[in-house]
Amino acid sequence: MADILKEKKNQQYNEYVKQVTPTHSLPMNMLKAFVTGGIICVIGQFLLNYCGSLGLDKDTSGGWTSMILVLLSVILTGFGIYPKLAKFGGAGTLVPITGFANSVAAPAIEFQKEGQVFGIGCKIFTIAGPVILYGVFTSWLVGLIYWLLKAVHVL
Amino acid sequence: MSQICGMSSIQFDKAPHIISAASVVGKKEGEGPLGKLFDLVGDDPMFGEDNWEKAESTLQKEAAQMALGKAGLLPTQIRYLFAGDLLGQLIATSFGVVDMNIPMFGLYGACSTCGESLSLGAMAVAAGYGDYVLALTSSHFASAEKQFRFPLEYGNQRPLAATWTVTGSGAFVLAPKGGKARITGVTTGKVVDFGVKDSMNMGACMAPAACDTIYQNFMDFNRQPEDYDKIITGDLGYVGQKILIDLLKEKGFDISKVHTDCGIEIYDQQTQDTHSGGSGCGCSAVTLAAMILPKIEKGSWKRVLFVPTGALLSTVSFNEGQSVPGIAHGVVIEHC
Repeated sequence: MADILKEKKNQQYNEYVKQVTPTHSLPMNMLKAFVTGGIICVIGQFLLNYCGSLGLDKDTSGGWTSMILVLLSVILTGFGIYPKLAKFGGAGTLVPITGFANSVAAPAIEFQKEGQVFGIGCKIFTIAGPVILYGVFTSWLVGLIYWLLKAVHVL
Repeated sequence: MSQICGMSSIQFDKAPHIISAASVVGKKEGEGPLGKLFDLVGDDPMFGEDNWEKAESTLQKEAAQMALGKAGLLPTQIRYLFAGDLLGQLIATSFGVVDMNIPMFGLYGACSTCGESLSLGAMAVAAGYGDYVLALTSSHFASAEKQFRFPLEYGNQRPLAATWTVTGSGAFVLAPKGGKARITGVTTGKVVDFGVKDSMNMGACMAPAACDTIYQNFMDFNRQPEDYDKIITGDLGYVGQKILIDLLKEKGFDISKVHTDCGIEIYDQQTQDTHSGGSGCGCSAVTLAAMILPKIEKGSWKRVLFVPTGALLSTVSFNEGQSVPGIAHGVVIEHC
């Protein structure tokens, strides 16, 4: 009985907290994310077109584009500029490949003081690790489904 | 006469005096509304060291030496040191105080540690266990972010209810006599858990604990909010302040006229982008040393209830789905 009362009290308190806690405006955040993410993608498209105009094939152009975007993001992370962009752009800076690069570079810089192995080595993927693990796992799962569908001649 | 007072308080027969205090802060705090009041503002966030943890140790060392210097004391004259910080296993404290060779009690009360160290220090002095006792606490924005949240260079958006960990350290020398402020009583806080799981809204996690301690203080000492010139919490911030005032109103006490919060005082919310306010062990410690004590010493405030607040979480408890309980320690400081 006491547990139920306590739970009810906690629930009431949590609802009250929700009311008095200010939050970011969602439409505003979405707009900023759209614009920021859009600009990053336009830069990517520009790089892709430029590589194409140099006579590179589509796959090679894509490779160069990703590498240049990652390099830019890592440089901006090192100079402390990327967090400022992310503060403004939110998911617009986190979802593109530049966000991924930031999430790998930032721990590498922070944990460098703890050594090459136990610092950088162990902690470089503390943020990006889940993305890599579940990304690889999901692609394996999709591959398995694809193979099964092939095997039963659906595809 | 018994010094035991009510359920969880002590009223000292011989109230220990705070004979000196020192505050050392970082650049951002120096640019805030209290900037000119701090004893030392460091421009270098690393304070001449090569990592954040050592930087925080240096903060403690500087603050301790300054407080001792102001009191005209040598480390060998200090009987006990009560000290703590936010980092795992109190490494900022251990490496900060190692060279001073003072018998030490290491404390962890999250951001309430300043209140905890003053309470225990006052008890030790009042009981006659030491002529001089030092209370010392610190926090550092970068070392706290690294331990509890993300690497500094990682891009993310802080919620509006989030607070900004203060880079700073405060030190206080307690003695049976001297100085113009004394600790007349303490109310020791309990761990209070209202089931809030949002670690980015620490004001809401800690406000019930602050409410509990302040209410208990009123009961134990048979006082009203008006009996205090100020009731000053540690780091509830704007969100927590509103909740605390509401919670105490439900219990029949209106503290809105006398309440303020160190986390609100230390930064300018509009220009410094700190969202709900400041937090950390350093927040209440440096505000007490730089702003609150001088006002008590001058006599503009006769009696203040100082209530540092702490959120008792770790990254492990958070990942395992536990809520964030709070604790708050009340210290009654009076002009003399």
